[in-house]
Amino acid sequence: MKIEIINEKFDPWESLVEYKRNELQNNPKIGASSVFLGTMRDFNDDDDIDSMELEHYPGMTEKYLNDIVTKAIKKFNIIDGLVIHRVGLLFPTDPIVLVATWSEHRDNAFNATRGIMESLKTQAPFWKKESTDNGFRWVKPTTKESTENINET
Amino acid sequence: MGKVMKIYIKYFASIRDLIGKDSENLDVDINSSARELWQLLTHEIESPENVLVAVNHKYVDFEYVLKDGDEIAFFPPVTGG
Repeated sequence: MKIEIINEKFDPWESLVEYKRNELQNNPKIGASSVFLGTMRDFNDDDDIDSMELEHYPGMTEKYLNDIVTKAIKKFNIIDGLVIHRVGLLFPTDPIVLVATWSEHRDNAFNATRGIMESLKTQAPFWKKESTDNGFRWVKPTTKESTENINET
Repeated sequence: MGKVMKIYIKYFASIRDLIGKDSENLDVDINSSARELWQLLTHEIESPENVLVAVNHKYVDFEYVLKDGDEIAFFPPVTGG
């Protein structure tokens, strides 16, 4: 399991290959790999977005991400999980978040990746501030209550 | 004068803009709740429904009773991912 908060642009595919090679060591029990990648759009609520500042609460964010992935490993019976999340200044097309999970069978990995994302969206202390033609604005949360949330049973 | 305790307060995102600083140390009355602290800091300039509170990196509700040395953070609903 790995949680990383990164302050500079990263290549999610390189990160995946590296994690799989170094940490999973091509584990032959793995039958399914599921990956979610969130990237930055150049629009939101009908406005053009030039750039975005992502801030977090150091310490608390890592604690919650660790907790979310640990719970997902148990709840969905997956072999492993990886989360990499950007902070700092981002531009359209930049990767924001990578979630990857590995399991024996596909349902577990699909559900775990979804569950980790939904929990991250509602619990992990990150905040986005967008730069538009009319200046800066804080992004309002859009995530609805989800049955996929790790903490709901 | 009642007894006081030392609290470290952090503010994030729009709440930092609202308060005008990112952190501060404060002496507060013993047995103060998070709600009482919020009211003291803001004179209730924003409804706590739009504000989340964490103590020592864990979410709590506004009825949480503060302890000496606590790190308390106020911030808006999260928007990561």
